[in-house]
Amino acid sequence: MLSSVAERVYWLGRYLERVENAARLINVYSQMLFDLPTGSHLGWGILIDITGCNADYDRLGLPMEEKQIVRYLVADPKNPASLLGSIHMMRENARTTREIIPADAWEHFNNLYLKMKETASQSLSRRGRQQLLEDVIGDCQRLFGLLAGSMNHDTAYAFIQIGRKVERADMTSRMVDVGSISLLPAFTRDTKERVILEPYENVIWMNVLRCLGGYQAYRQKVQHAVGGEEVVRFLLQDEEFPRAIGYCLKDMVTYLNKLPNNQDVLHAVARAKKVTTQADISSLLQRGLLDFIDELQISFADIHEELNNTWFMPMELRKARPAQSQSSDDGRQRQIQTI
Amino acid sequence: MCGRILESCGKIDSGAKKLPQKDALALMPIDWKAYEPGSFFDELISSPGYPRKPARVLAKYLASLSDDELKRRHDSVQHAIRTMGISFTVYSEAGNIDREWPFDPIPRIITSKEWETTSRGLAQRLHALNAFIHDVYNDGKILKDKVVPRELIADSGNYRSQCQGMKPKHGVWAHVCGTDLVRDADGKFYVLEDNLRVPSGVSYMLENRTVTKRVFPELFENYDIQPIGDYPGCLFDMLASLSPRKTNRPEIVVLTPGIFNSAYFEHSFLAQQMGAELVQGSDLIVDDDRVYMKTINGLAPVDVIYRRIDDLFMDPTVFNKDSTLGVAGLLQAWLKGNVGLANAPGAGVADDKVIYTYVPAMIKYYLGEDPILPNVPSYLCCVESECDYVLKNLDKLVVKPANESGGYGMLMGPRASRKERDEFALRIKANPRNYMAQPLVALSTAPIMANDGVEPRHVDLRPFILQGKDTYVTPGGLTRVALVKGSYVVNSSQGGGSKDTWIVNEEPN
Repeated sequence: MLSSVAERVYWLGRYLERVENAARLINVYSQMLFDLPTGSHLGWGILIDITGCNADYDRLGLPMEEKQIVRYLVADPKNPASLLGSIHMMRENARTTREIIPADAWEHFNNLYLKMKETASQSLSRRGRQQLLEDVIGDCQRLFGLLAGSMNHDTAYAFIQIGRKVERADMTSRMVDVGSISLLPAFTRDTKERVILEPYENVIWMNVLRCLGGYQAYRQKVQHAVGGEEVVRFLLQDEEFPRAIGYCLKDMVTYLNKLPNNQDVLHAVARAKKVTTQADISSLLQRGLLDFIDELQISFADIHEELNNTWFMPMELRKARPAQSQSSDDGRQRQIQTI
Repeated sequence: MCGRILESCGKIDSGAKKLPQKDALALMPIDWKAYEPGSFFDELISSPGYPRKPARVLAKYLASLSDDELKRRHDSVQHAIRTMGISFTVYSEAGNIDREWPFDPIPRIITSKEWETTSRGLAQRLHALNAFIHDVYNDGKILKDKVVPRELIADSGNYRSQCQGMKPKHGVWAHVCGTDLVRDADGKFYVLEDNLRVPSGVSYMLENRTVTKRVFPELFENYDIQPIGDYPGCLFDMLASLSPRKTNRPEIVVLTPGIFNSAYFEHSFLAQQMGAELVQGSDLIVDDDRVYMKTINGLAPVDVIYRRIDDLFMDPTVFNKDSTLGVAGLLQAWLKGNVGLANAPGAGVADDKVIYTYVPAMIKYYLGEDPILPNVPSYLCCVESECDYVLKNLDKLVVKPANESGGYGMLMGPRASRKERDEFALRIKANPRNYMAQPLVALSTAPIMANDGVEPRHVDLRPFILQGKDTYVTPGGLTRVALVKGSYVVNSSQGGGSKDTWIVNEEPN
């Protein structure tokens, strides 16, 4: 498989996952705010924090209020991180890998983009928003189902899956971050808020689980009432719930094992796994999760970096091995990789 | 006149009567009595109310649809094209826009009897053209025998001296050819030109059929239509026959200039349909005169390249030095016989409007046969007597430069001003080799679904011919339509559209 194509399908997987996650996040966050008392001061600005758009949003000088923030995150074609922007990138990656993507999957990618372009503005009203976001989530799931059911489970599929799991692990870590706002006086500007939010701690964690579609899975597995420590442990370490980071890392290994020269990437995944398994969660919750989440996200960025170095980077930068090299390894390198 | 003219020919009287004004978007039921092709040859309707025999079932069926039903079909065409993402790229100052492909749902019908002859004519033509290209780059017999003047070759902008002495597999240089056919008022097909460099359009031919099947599935019960879907398979087999390596599964790649090229959709479509890799120049590397592609496993050898970039951008070490689209060392790898290239560099030497006029002579010279398909009558400005005729009759002729494509730099004599004609005469006198002239061909028409009902529009036809170890001609081809009333311009970037083209095996009952 071509390095350039591998990179594009990897990003296709990432964007598809990103779109679904962003839709889930905005949807659940909207739901959660309805559960909290009006005086909680827990504003819409947190969505801008989670998606990492603070600098851009500040630059635009937009007010921190619901409609503007939702418009910016869902329907703004100029914001590359918006739902519409991600769907556009996803479609472009699909369009440039049409020789690999099944034809009917391409039609769905294309349709999702066309539909979103027309209907994104519906997200401004709360009622239209929920419907729209649920549709997007459903479309993403259908697309993955279509890919899983009609593509060869070969290297291209492996790259899509790896992209998907890298993106998902990253998003789950951000969701844990959201949950921790209920615990962290440091996060809020006004210490009074902690007092106000404390009784709602479990409501917030429940919504985090719902956002990840994991409320039921959690109840079946953990059987405790929903509480911070159990939820964080579940989302970081569980290897059976598909949106838990532990599962994502395990799944990455499965697909990495189908690819050549994978040692460096496997090591990066192992490092990330160590960060999650060695975390002392109860003391972290006392001290605050911020530094820990940073560490975790850096370990995900390392995985991406290693993927880049191993498979995507143009070979001349990697100093292609000399053509006359006699090593048996080189012989294997030159075999034709058919898709 | 030909299909490439870049000016609007709105003044030509198509003979259509003014129809009653209707709301802009309302479709009305089709009334063939109101359809008047005028003095042009119409592909489906011989005179108002009288469809040609093979078109009768189609005409009757279309007339039976209510306005609601027509509107529904019309919408489903738009929907199919949008979802299937059938698009072409338009270059503009505001950036490149990916536009949906304009398509008219009424198919054009050609009988298999007529097509059988046409198809033989197309294969004959390509065989002669390939024999000619091979001869030019090797023994030059046809030049020694003075059947084609030697100076025409030396002056050709598409002659590549680097290819002299090259003997590609099967002696074939132009592996994929798109020949433009036009039908004159006499109802006969004429060859307008042979596209031997990087002809495009075949993906639209295939997608048009897919759309028609979605929109008018009923019609396929009543007609025995020759399928066209095996083109990608035939293209793959042809390319595989060029592989220098003896292997069951040669590595074939499609080389595209990239996503901003107007034909990117087609490059990607063909790669997908053939199961070949779609590559850009940056994905390939030449080492020790062998071509490799950069894969996740390292470098993998490439056997055959179906290149969709022009000769001059193919290899910066030989041709255009600034080209970032090509691959350094590619030409040398091909000259050494280490990789197959389709079409071969230099094949364009026969894709020249002056050389075109010698194709009937080539057919006689190499094949000893009479040409099956006629050329449009042409006058060469480099032949003194013919040049005199051209200069005296500029108001009746269309004058074309030899090497330009896309209709640039030509004179539409009948519609040009006196001053324009005089200026053009000076250009011809200064460089007669660069010009040839043809009388205006009255392009045939076919009905399209317009807002006010069915109306005639001018069409041409581009069949695709493959030659490698074997030869293959598409049943039908891409029918291009000038969607603007009275216009002869069929280019998609200039308001042109297309139609599905049916070769029907026998008259339907």
